[in-house]
Amino acid sequence: PAFLLFFSFQQRIEIHKLRQGDNLILGFSIGGGIDQDPTQNPFSEDKTDKGIYVTRVTEGGPAEVAGLQIGDKIMQVNGWDMTMVTHDQARKRLTKRNEEVVRLLVTRQSLQKAVQQSMMS
Amino acid sequence: KSAAMDTESTYSGYSHYSGHSKKAHRQGRDRHKSPRSKDGSRSEKSVTIQAPPAEPLLGNDASRAEEGQDDNWGETTTAITGTSEHSISQEDIARISKDLEDSVGLDCKRYLGLTVAAVLGLLVFFTPIAFILLPQILWRDDLEPCGTVCEGLFISVAFKLLILLIGTWALFFRQPKADIPRVFVFRALLLVLIFLFVFSYWLFYGVRILDSKDTNYQGIVQYAVSLVDALLFIHYLAIVLLELRQLQPMFTVKVVRSTDGESRYYSLGHLSIQRAALVVLENYYRDFTVYNPALLTASKSRAAKHMAGLKVYNVDGPGNNASGQSRAMIAAAARRRDSSHNELYYEEADHERRVKKRRARLVVAVEEAFTHIKRLQAEEQQKAPGEMMDPREAAQAIFPSMARALQKYLRTTRQQQYHSMESILQHLSFCITNNMTPKAFLERYLNPGPTLQYDRDRWFSKQWTLVSEEAVTSGLQDGIVFVLKCLDFSLVVNVKKIPFIKLSEEFIDPKSHKFVLRLQSETSV
Repeated sequence: PAFLLFFSFQQRIEIHKLRQGDNLILGFSIGGGIDQDPTQNPFSEDKTDKGIYVTRVTEGGPAEVAGLQIGDKIMQVNGWDMTMVTHDQARKRLTKRNEEVVRLLVTRQSLQKAVQQSMMS
Repeated sequence: KSAAMDTESTYSGYSHYSGHSKKAHRQGRDRHKSPRSKDGSRSEKSVTIQAPPAEPLLGNDASRAEEGQDDNWGETTTAITGTSEHSISQEDIARISKDLEDSVGLDCKRYLGLTVAAVLGLLVFFTPIAFILLPQILWRDDLEPCGTVCEGLFISVAFKLLILLIGTWALFFRQPKADIPRVFVFRALLLVLIFLFVFSYWLFYGVRILDSKDTNYQGIVQYAVSLVDALLFIHYLAIVLLELRQLQPMFTVKVVRSTDGESRYYSLGHLSIQRAALVVLENYYRDFTVYNPALLTASKSRAAKHMAGLKVYNVDGPGNNASGQSRAMIAAAARRRDSSHNELYYEEADHERRVKKRRARLVVAVEEAFTHIKRLQAEEQQKAPGEMMDPREAAQAIFPSMARALQKYLRTTRQQQYHSMESILQHLSFCITNNMTPKAFLERYLNPGPTLQYDRDRWFSKQWTLVSEEAVTSGLQDGIVFVLKCLDFSLVVNVKKIPFIKLSEEFIDPKSHKFVLRLQSETSV
C-alpha cells in the first residue's frame, strides 16, 4: 500500500513582460490578499492563507513560457514580499511600468507517491 | 371423496386445537379464531389450515396456510356457532375471581381511612367551639366579664372556622380516583400531626383550665383563637405538602408498552412511586393507542420459523452441555441464510397496499352515503312531514351502503373487535346530528385511538399491579425503573431527572450588527 506525500517546492521564475500596445502584460491572473476572503481560494491548502495565488495562466503568454503554473503561490516579486499584501498592492507590484522583467519566488505543491515498504524496511 | 375430505379436515382441526393451547394465552381469548377450523370444513372455497410448523400433521400434505387471520373468512362462513360466543376461557375465569376478591379487601381499607379522617376532622372542627363554650356552661357565674374584646374574638373565630371549613372542603373532599397499595405518607403524617396537636391542646386545656376553673375568660377565648390560627397554618402546610410540592416538574419518565414498544414521555414532580404510577396510568388511557392482541401474532411466528429445523448432534461423545447446545443452535440460526427478512418486507408492503386500497374504497363509500342525507331547515320541516327522520333512522338508512366497505377495512386493520354494529350506528347518528363531514365520521375508524374511546370490556387493562424494587411510598429518584403489569401486557417506566440547566446571559447591542462584503477578486496582470 502506498500513501501520498505533499511537498512544497520553491521555484524562481523569471518572466519577461510582453508589450501589447501601451501595456506590459504578464499573462496570468492573481487572486488573494489580506483584504480578501481566504476561504474561497481553491488553490490554498490552508484556508486561512491570505497569500497571492495564481488563478489563471493564459496560453502562450509570457508566464506560461517562463514556467508559471496555475495554483502557485507568489512569495516574492523582485525581492518584495507578497505574503502580507492587499490585492491591489500585489497588482501594483507586478505591473510597474518601468520594469520589463519580474523575478518571482513561487511555492508549488506537488504530489509524490512513496512506497510504504521502503519506509518500513 | 368428500368423506375423505371431511376426515382430513377433522384431523387438521385437532392439530389446530392442540397447537392452539400451547401458544400464548392471548390467542385463546380471540373467540373468532376458534370456530374457524370448523367452518373451514364447511366452506366450499378453500380449507385453510393453521398449523404450527414444528408439529407433524397426520399425513396431511395440504397447503400450509400463512399464519395470521384470513380476511375472507367472514364472507364464506354460513353460521357462527353459538358456543364460541358464550364460552369463557380459563383466563377469564381467573380474572373474574381475582376481581372479586381484590375489590372487597381494598374497599375496607379505603373506607377505614376515610372514617378515621372524617372523625378527626369533626373533632378538630368542634374543639375551638368546645373551648369557648365549656367555661360558659360549667362555671358561668365565676367568669370575668369580657366586653368588646371577646366579641371581636368570637367573630374572628367564627370566620376563621368558616374559612377552614371551606378550605378543607376544597382540598380534601374529593372522590378518590384510585385504589393504591400503600397509604399516602404525607396524608398519614398530617393526620398524625393534627391529632397530636389537638391532643396536646386538649391536655393543656383540661389540666390548666377545666381543673382549676380559670376565671379569665378573655384568656380562654384567646387560647381558642390561637388553636384556630394554628389549624389554619396546618392547612397551609397541607396544601404545600400535598399539592404544591409536586407541581414543579423534576423528572421525565419514559413509559414503554412491553408488547409493541409504543412509548411516551411525561413530566412529573416530586411524587412517590405509587402516585407517579397513578399519573402514568391516567395518561396511559388517554395517550396510548388501544392494546390490540390481534396485531401481535405475526412476529412470534416469524421467530419460530427462524429457529425451527435445527437439531444439535453431539459428535464428540456423551456429555450433556445444554447451554453449549443452545448457544450452538443460536449461532447456527443466525448464520443461516434464510429469507425471512424478505418475507417480512414483502408482507408489510403488501399489507400497506391492501390497507390503502380498502381505505380508499371506504372513504368513497362513506362520502357517497353522506350525500344522501340532507338536513331539513325549520321552515322546510312543515312542508314535508311524511319523509322526516330523526338521526337514528337516518343513520340506519344510510348505513347499509357503507357497511361492507367499513367491515372490510376494519378486518384488514384488525380492528373489527372494537366496533360493534350498534356502536357504529350510534356514532353515525351522532355525526349526523352534529353536522359532521364523512372524514370526521371516519376519524374514529381509520386509526386506532386511545383506550378511553372504546368500550370498557375491550380494554384488556383494568387491574394493574405495581412491581417495584424500591418501596412504593419512597420518592422518585433518577434511574428508578418500575413496571405496571396487567394481565396481558406491562408498562415499563424509566425515571430520569431533568438536568440542571446553567443559563447565562449575553447582551447584544442592536447597533453592533455590522456587516462587510466578502471579496474574492481576480485581477489579470
